[in-house]
Amino acid sequence: MSLSVDIRHNLGDLTVDLSFRAPSGITALFGHSGSGKTTAINAVAGLLKPQSGQITLQSDVLFDSATGTNMSPHRRRLGYVFQDARLFPHLSVLGNLNYGKRFAPRGHSGPGLTEVAEMLGITALLRRRPGELSGGEKQRVAIGRALLSRPRMLLMDEPLAALDAARKDEILPYLEQLRDQTSLPILYVSHSVAEVARLAETVVVLDQGKVAQVGTVEQVFSDPSMVRQLGLREAGSVLPAQVRTHHLDGLTELAVSGGRLFLPQINQPLKAQTRVRILAQDVILSRELPSGLSALNILPGTVTEIRAGGGPGVVVQLRCGTDFLLARITQRSAKALKLAPGVPCHAVVKSVSVARHDVGHN
Amino acid sequence: MDWLGPEEWQAVALSLKVAFWATLLSLPFALLVSHALARWNFPGKQLLNALVHLPLFLPPVVTGYLLLITFGRRAPVGAWLEQTFGLVLAFRWTGAVLAAAIMGFPLMVRAIRLAIEAVDPKLEQAASTLGASRLWVFATVTLPLVLPGLIAGAVLGFAKAMGEFGATITFVANIPGQTQTLPSAVYSFLQVPGGESSALRLVAVSVAVAMTALVASEVLARRAANRVSGQ
Repeated sequence: MSLSVDIRHNLGDLTVDLSFRAPSGITALFGHSGSGKTTAINAVAGLLKPQSGQITLQSDVLFDSATGTNMSPHRRRLGYVFQDARLFPHLSVLGNLNYGKRFAPRGHSGPGLTEVAEMLGITALLRRRPGELSGGEKQRVAIGRALLSRPRMLLMDEPLAALDAARKDEILPYLEQLRDQTSLPILYVSHSVAEVARLAETVVVLDQGKVAQVGTVEQVFSDPSMVRQLGLREAGSVLPAQVRTHHLDGLTELAVSGGRLFLPQINQPLKAQTRVRILAQDVILSRELPSGLSALNILPGTVTEIRAGGGPGVVVQLRCGTDFLLARITQRSAKALKLAPGVPCHAVVKSVSVARHDVGHN
Repeated sequence: MDWLGPEEWQAVALSLKVAFWATLLSLPFALLVSHALARWNFPGKQLLNALVHLPLFLPPVVTGYLLLITFGRRAPVGAWLEQTFGLVLAFRWTGAVLAAAIMGFPLMVRAIRLAIEAVDPKLEQAASTLGASRLWVFATVTLPLVLPGLIAGAVLGFAKAMGEFGATITFVANIPGQTQTLPSAVYSFLQVPGGESSALRLVAVSVAVAMTALVASEVLARRAANRVSGQ
């Protein structure tokens, strides 16, 4: 199942001119506000009619300005989870979930109400009214309602943006489960680098109505030219890793293609596939193998690209094994170390965070 | 109801009947017009809005006269209705229903339109992405959320129909037992010596009906607010 979008739409001060494909898995539409993300997702849902272009899901034409095709939203069968849950206030949680089921096409298999409620942890809330739910609970009910309508694809427009950090952490595992346990393609709109790093497989970066970059999350996040898009503090590469050993001193050893990393104990079984995120600002570069350092994580690599920004800093891309790492250092250091493409050096990683848990994937 | 004389009771019963049918028959039209005014854009929208509100601003006797020259037995529409459906409106209780419905219509539309405008269109969008066609969205989301406003509009329309006098007496006259509604009866009793006590009893009935309608619409309006907030 793959979605293909090619649309043009003039919004006054913004001209949206987008073309991208979303394969199965989670495709993140990433960009700042006003980059055209919401226009794109609403066009896919049929809530907005682009001035021209074409949108197809597999072989099904949802919109085509050339032939005048514009399938109405209720025929598209795309489950839409909005930023503001949009639960029906006159119905209970159960009523909202049943509303999703009510218009689902007959004979389509998929998880039933009990399983969906179980998976999203909302079984205890079924009798409540939407006004009695927290933001996180509302959003889980909205996800369940969309799933029960047996959609061909899920659309999510900043589903976590209105929630505080604790509520986000409450929902993220459910979204990961959704990605890993169902085969539904998901189009996920977000302006949060952390969310995209944790959830997405494919990333489409939007900037002022245009596609700035498309690729796997590893490719996009280790591209030095994306640093400004992602924000200096948020930029950093995402690397696939495997849990190697849980050490007795409370550290977990992970294998990445360029070596090994030690992290404070993570709750994943041995051999589990996971993904780590290393922020560019947390990486120190050294020409020699450093000694007498407290940092445990040192990965050998080769400089592949150096990119200067407007300020005193540069972004250095290194190849470590088969993966790429980004480091943000000062221009002065880059000169002193005589860094240039092809130069071998060592990346000292001050801190690593587990970006996602993805057992059985990769 | 011993304390009401037969003639008085007749007037109350007729008014209740007229108000009931006027409310019931105009409700679907009021819903449609309210929805059109609240949600649709079409040429002539302002004209429709003005037309709906016209009875509120015209002297009722003018509305009654306009009805007479449109729906009278010799008037074009009236003659056609009689020939086609055998339906006569002028000087019949059916005409009182029409007059009451038209006079109450703007009040109903105002109440229902406000309720429809209070429904968040985002909820209707959400319903459509879940597979509901426009008609289903209206039936399963818009209508339930509007229902308390709809009832409040109906209560207002009913109360207006109970009290309608000018248009009714002009269009269907004041024939005891046939077209003499409660207000017409009060008017008649006040014209004859010794009729004050009958008039006063009917006034008491009027006040009771009006108070009940007001309280009912107040309660329903509050329930509407709770409903839309999802508590």
